[in-house]
Amino acid sequence: MKSLEELQAIRERMKSQIQSREQAGGNDIRVVVGMATCGIAAGARAVLAALTEETAKSGLSNVKAGQTGCVGICAYEPIVEVFFPGKEKVTYVLMDPDKMRAVFKSHVLSGQPIQEYTYTYAIADKGEK
Amino acid sequence: MRERAHILVCGGTGCVSGQSKLIMDEFKKEAAALGIEQEIKLIFTGCFGLCAKGPIVVIYPEGAFYGPVSVSDVKEIVSEHILKGRIVTRLLGTDTCEKGVNKSIAESAFYKSQQRIVLKNCGLIDPEDIDEYLAYDGYSAYEKAVTQMMRQQVIDCIKASGLRGRGGGGFLTGLKWQFCLEAKGKQKYVVCNADEGDPGAFMDRSILEGDPQSIIEAMMIAGYAVGSDKGYVYVRAEYPIAVSRLDIAIKQARAYGILGKNAMGLGHAFDIEIRLGAGAFVCGEETALLRSIEGKRGEPRQRPPFPAVKGLFDKPTLINNVETLGNIPQIILNGAEWFAAIGTEKSRGTKVFALGGKINNTGLVEIPMGTTLRTVIEEIGGGIPNGKKFKAAQTGGPSGGCIPASHIDTPIDYDNLIALGSMMGSGGLIVMDEENCMVDIAKFYLEFTEEESCGKCTPCRIGNKRLYEILERISEGKGELSDLDKLEQLSHYIKDNSLCGLGQTAPNPVLSTLKYFRDEYVAHVRDKKCPAGVCKALVSYTIIPEKCIGCTLCKRVCPVDAIIGELKGKHVIDTAKCIKCDACVGACKKGAISK
Ligand SMILES: Cc1cc2nc3c(=O)[nH]c(=O)nc-3n(C[C@H](O)[C@H](O)[C@H](O)COP(=O)(O)O)c2cc1C
Repeated sequence: MKSLEELQAIRERMKSQIQSREQAGGNDIRVVVGMATCGIAAGARAVLAALTEETAKSGLSNVKAGQTGCVGICAYEPIVEVFFPGKEKVTYVLMDPDKMRAVFKSHVLSGQPIQEYTYTYAIADKGEK
Repeated sequence: MRERAHILVCGGTGCVSGQSKLIMDEFKKEAAALGIEQEIKLIFTGCFGLCAKGPIVVIYPEGAFYGPVSVSDVKEIVSEHILKGRIVTRLLGTDTCEKGVNKSIAESAFYKSQQRIVLKNCGLIDPEDIDEYLAYDGYSAYEKAVTQMMRQQVIDCIKASGLRGRGGGGFLTGLKWQFCLEAKGKQKYVVCNADEGDPGAFMDRSILEGDPQSIIEAMMIAGYAVGSDKGYVYVRAEYPIAVSRLDIAIKQARAYGILGKNAMGLGHAFDIEIRLGAGAFVCGEETALLRSIEGKRGEPRQRPPFPAVKGLFDKPTLINNVETLGNIPQIILNGAEWFAAIGTEKSRGTKVFALGGKINNTGLVEIPMGTTLRTVIEEIGGGIPNGKKFKAAQTGGPSGGCIPASHIDTPIDYDNLIALGSMMGSGGLIVMDEENCMVDIAKFYLEFTEEESCGKCTPCRIGNKRLYEILERISEGKGELSDLDKLEQLSHYIKDNSLCGLGQTAPNPVLSTLKYFRDEYVAHVRDKKCPAGVCKALVSYTIIPEKCIGCTLCKRVCPVDAIIGELKGKHVIDTAKCIKCDACVGACKKGAISK
């Protein structure tokens, strides 16, 4: 027989699982990985796996991890976009699982974008050379 | 690990008959082929409600609402949407797709005016996994009731909520619980009425299919409140999916120690058994149902004594409908005030309707009481197909009546429907357009009740048969004007003198169609015409020469060669040969055939 505590533990464990089953609302933080052919070829799947894992670990219900299609700058794949409610989106390029984890901690959890990984930074860099 | 995509495939009876099980298998296969089966969670859910678009597949987190989906579409959904994140807009419902972009399901016309309390988990959870029910606060209401509330407080809460029985009678649920609590006797029973015999109704079936644990939890709360340790669910054997999911749910609840000698370790014992009904309409009537559980012939008996005092095996018995029970956990969790704030003054909360007939979005809807018929038909239902005009809506099934188009702005609640000569019933809502004949509708329901009468009392057994015969006569053009008065008199006699609700309400479809569509009856009797062109004996098919272009289409589809005419020449119908099958009407592109 399960005690009240055990039932409560099941509720909590399941709650983090079912969060994926909610459509992102206006107050959610959305993080999407470009998963078109170009993204997948560049390793987006591992990035997405890292993102899903971090989201689950955080236990936050207002963070919605997802995927999107080709953003149009295939040379910069894997691409990750972070949407904060009421803020301009931030586009990260040339991502890998470690960068993804770093972005999750700094940007998603603490609101501090990592400028060096962003698209704006990448093209500004090129411009200098 | 948390799966990144949840794929919900509808496992309601409607979608299952549309091969949704094969769609499940195909998703499994395609995901495995791409090696991503670990990243997705496939869930076979209960009914989403929009049965007209079934089989339905919903994918989160995007909330893409696909339907109708066929097995051959699955490969594309997996390789495009799941793998690459590109929503397959071609398969999105028109309602959830705006300019090729996926729109929020909650904002779609079909769901926007709905409020899902009883159906909240339907189409969201896996009904065969108790953990999923727990995730959505499952069994928290029972825990709250037993640990924080006295029995009387539970009953007071239900009373204050204003909840009324959803099985047709509309009796105050809290009051019924109070009677059962106060009834003397050590052994008491809780019975869930899942007989659902109204033609066209599938509310209770869908609740059991989509969220069976909620009914178990509600029965446990009822058991605690009235002092009972034993429950029965009486469900018809014609609902195999509902029966099997309920059975699985009961077993899982037992395995967790939720049902059993010491439920959740809280000191209250409760267990549930399923009893299968053989599908007689009268067995939905509470006293007949209880006799049927006892293993006797399902015949009603006089009330009082009411079941709350003397019910199953002569013990005090609380009997409630599935949907009534479905509201209970939510009321306990959210409080009586929350529930009482929804709906109208005398009809609180929501009502689930099975929307059918001449309507685009056939399916299952849950609306706050007081929603107008217009909202249900025009917004949620998406209007009448083929640009036809709305004529009437039938509610209350064989015990109910119709609401004509002139009353389309009536807020739907118990009292307004009664005032219009119909009733809430258990929730069938059948929409009719100008091509429905009201005499034919009345005849359809009388044929049903006449056959389903148990035969115990004479007014019902013989009276309804006579009513049916008169209607048959009228539809064959053999009626007289005095028949209309006879129909009325006999109807009142049957209503006043029958033993149970079946006979007491069976003439309602006749009385209500006579009230609003007397002209149509008169046309059948006096002019020998069926204005809607339904009653075969009264229609004759002719070809309007001015419209006929001699294309021969009608001639080619006529199964009895009753149409004569050459290519490019005018065609005529030989009425002696014509069997009025309507095939020519469907074939003619010029609307040249009149009836
Ligand atoms: C002929 C007849 C058929 C009925 N069929 C059903 C039914 O299928 N389901 C149901 O819940 N109640 C049905 N009822 C109503 C039940 O007798 C009873 O009122 C109901 O189960 C009480 O539950 P409630 O108070 O929760 O509505 C029927 C009544 C009659 C007279």
